[in-house]
Amino acid sequence: MARTRIALAGNPNSGKTTVFNKLTGSSQRVGNWPGVTIDRKEGRLKGADGVDIVDLPGIYSLSPYSPEEIVSRDFLLKDRPEAVIDIVDASNLERNLYLTTQIVEAGLPTVIALNMIDVARKNNVEIDSEVLSSAFGCKVVETAATKREGLDELSREAVEASKGRRECVIRYSEGLERHASEVASLIEGSVPAESARWYALKILERDEMALASVPEESREAVEKAISDMEGEFGDEADSIVAGERYAFIERTVAAAVKRDGRVGRETPSDRVDKIVTNRWLGLPIFALVMFFTYYISISTIGTMGTDWVNDEFFGNILIPGTEEWLADNAVNEVLSALIVDGIISGVGAVLGFLPQILVLFVMLSILEDCGYMARVAFVMDRLFRRFGLSGKSFIPILIGTGCGVPGILSAKTIEGERERRITAMTTTFIPCSAKLPLIALISGAIFFESPWIAVSTYFMGIFCILLSGLILKKWRTLSGPSAPFMMELPAYHVPSLTGVIRSTLERGWAFVKKAGTFILLACVAIWFLSAFDWGFHMVEEVEESMLADIGNALKWIFAPLGWGDEWEFTVSSFTGILAKENIVGTMGILFGFSEDDLEGSASFWGAVAARFGEGTVGSLAAYSFMAFNLICVPCLAAVGAMRRELGSWRDTAKAAAYQCVLAYIVAMLIYQFGCAIAGEPSPWIVAAAGVLIALVYILAAKDPFAPLARAMDRVRGRGE
Amino acid sequence: MQARIVRRGGGVNTLEGLGVGEEAVVARVTGDGKLRKRILDMGITKGCRIRKVKVAPLGDPIEVALRGYELSIRKEDAASVEIEPAEAEPAGEA
Repeated sequence: MARTRIALAGNPNSGKTTVFNKLTGSSQRVGNWPGVTIDRKEGRLKGADGVDIVDLPGIYSLSPYSPEEIVSRDFLLKDRPEAVIDIVDASNLERNLYLTTQIVEAGLPTVIALNMIDVARKNNVEIDSEVLSSAFGCKVVETAATKREGLDELSREAVEASKGRRECVIRYSEGLERHASEVASLIEGSVPAESARWYALKILERDEMALASVPEESREAVEKAISDMEGEFGDEADSIVAGERYAFIERTVAAAVKRDGRVGRETPSDRVDKIVTNRWLGLPIFALVMFFTYYISISTIGTMGTDWVNDEFFGNILIPGTEEWLADNAVNEVLSALIVDGIISGVGAVLGFLPQILVLFVMLSILEDCGYMARVAFVMDRLFRRFGLSGKSFIPILIGTGCGVPGILSAKTIEGERERRITAMTTTFIPCSAKLPLIALISGAIFFESPWIAVSTYFMGIFCILLSGLILKKWRTLSGPSAPFMMELPAYHVPSLTGVIRSTLERGWAFVKKAGTFILLACVAIWFLSAFDWGFHMVEEVEESMLADIGNALKWIFAPLGWGDEWEFTVSSFTGILAKENIVGTMGILFGFSEDDLEGSASFWGAVAARFGEGTVGSLAAYSFMAFNLICVPCLAAVGAMRRELGSWRDTAKAAAYQCVLAYIVAMLIYQFGCAIAGEPSPWIVAAAGVLIALVYILAAKDPFAPLARAMDRVRGRGE
Repeated sequence: MQARIVRRGGGVNTLEGLGVGEEAVVARVTGDGKLRKRILDMGITKGCRIRKVKVAPLGDPIEVALRGYELSIRKEDAASVEIEPAEAEPAGEA
């Protein structure tokens, strides 16, 4: 027997993902900003045989305008699930029920979940489910998903509903109904009978995708019906239908909802919002929140943990312990070298940062859960729009400070094609947690642990994102008007402790898992290349190894950046493409994280600092190395996420090339101009000046890429 | 024909020009395509009461309250929403 599919539909931020997690026992991420779910996800309904739950992305309507809407619309109308659970936010009924009217119009057996009923009750809103139930012609179940309230009943009702069929009982005004039945008879046979009403109403709205299903011979009659209706109502088609739906909802809500007399007074959320997005305090508060988040995770609490792990755990416990054990058990020399110099040095150099990363994840999940993200977008929109981005671009960037992969994927909620693509291409300029080890290493080894180094990398990330916005929006395929920016500002709530802990542990575990698998393998490979020569003989000095030869062959590329003399840096940068943690992991192997005196970080830092050279020029080279590796193409996982967002490998390759070129330019400008200012210019300063002039030209000219585009057209034209 | 209130240099009144804290009723949604559809879907339909709550720190976008929830909308998009003055709500605002 075929499996029963029950779709979960609802507005963004209506708590769909929480319901999905509870119904299926899985643990997808939730957050208090609209659009956490971006693809449809499937899971098995707990406690029932043969029933799948399909979580659709949150949408406001079944319009065909955003990718989310199209995914949901196709699934509901083409795949036709056996039943739909429509999650409705009880504290925000009117707008949530707008989607409900369209689902019911589609003739799908529906169960309404009045979710967050506890919040509504707390606001003294009483809802009569019976009234809603008879108006929409479907069962209504009150739920509070975070407290598991009503969910058993909900799944029972949904399974029950999936066995039957449902006709739409919603009736609009006589005028609209007359035209709807006229259109329905005109398209009879060309659309599925059970959703004929939905198609008829969508056609009356002049919905392009629905209009396409009108048979050729009926086009004229349908057009006439629409214009007759517009004449009768004295309004435009889409406005009439939307207005009728909302009028129906208003009537129903007025009959079903009893509000306490105190409604309309300020909620605590309103009071918080008055301060947080205040005209004058909004920006300073935002800056403070950001500073505090990263100060706690990177500089204070996080550093204490990291120091302990590096000095105590690795330096005094793990490494001596392992060496002793290996010596006692007379383990083969090559194998013990692999374990101590390869695995512990490489993976250890990465895992040492786990405390900092865990603290950062705690801070981020609090920010995501409380509702501040939407305010960030609200506050930043004006600024970001100037640079071809949207206020919502800031959400991927913030998430990207944890990990670029979910960051890039969350760009999907941005409405505008151009804004979405530019955001996906630039999000990883902001340092993610995997880049923290590198930042901490450079600031510790070269800059006396100055907190300003970490701060400066975030500013550099933002600067590169904004600069890229300006450059990329001039690129032909990315130019065009900006898309509307309309976003619900959800009520704040206090983050749940279990939610924060769960999300932190999940992300932390993913980091550890990566260190234990991917990075472990890379470290073994790097160690192998660094311990043997081309004849597979173990080398005494790393300078004789295969790795040294590879690095030496390629290091000239980075000469203008100031760190092309030492092959180790070239090799580290290349291993960073697999995973950014590898940069430090590789350096840990090459510079001996676990060298003789076992003073862990101290000698490692010393070795790194010595290779970059002394004085200002050495410091500049170190900073340039860090800048290049932070900005250039992200790890493979993030490139994969970019591919999903951009839609083709071709565009992904272009984006990756752009990232590398920008990284090269930024690092070169920093190093060359830095050296010139310090009074020790190198001959490369001429090239750097040329690059700077070209950059200024691109920013100033109206259409700087036109000659390039024409040349590409010519090449393409010749090829055809 | 609809009566249109003329203010500030003879233009039609839109949501963009509404003062902070002021309330109005939606008269018509202009514009086309995605923007127009999105405005309607979010519940900004003819006859709906709408209040401007605040302006973002950099002057754009604005926050409006309607149908029991809060929405952020850019000024240029809000210019597509024509409004007329609201009569005082019978129940009054507590």
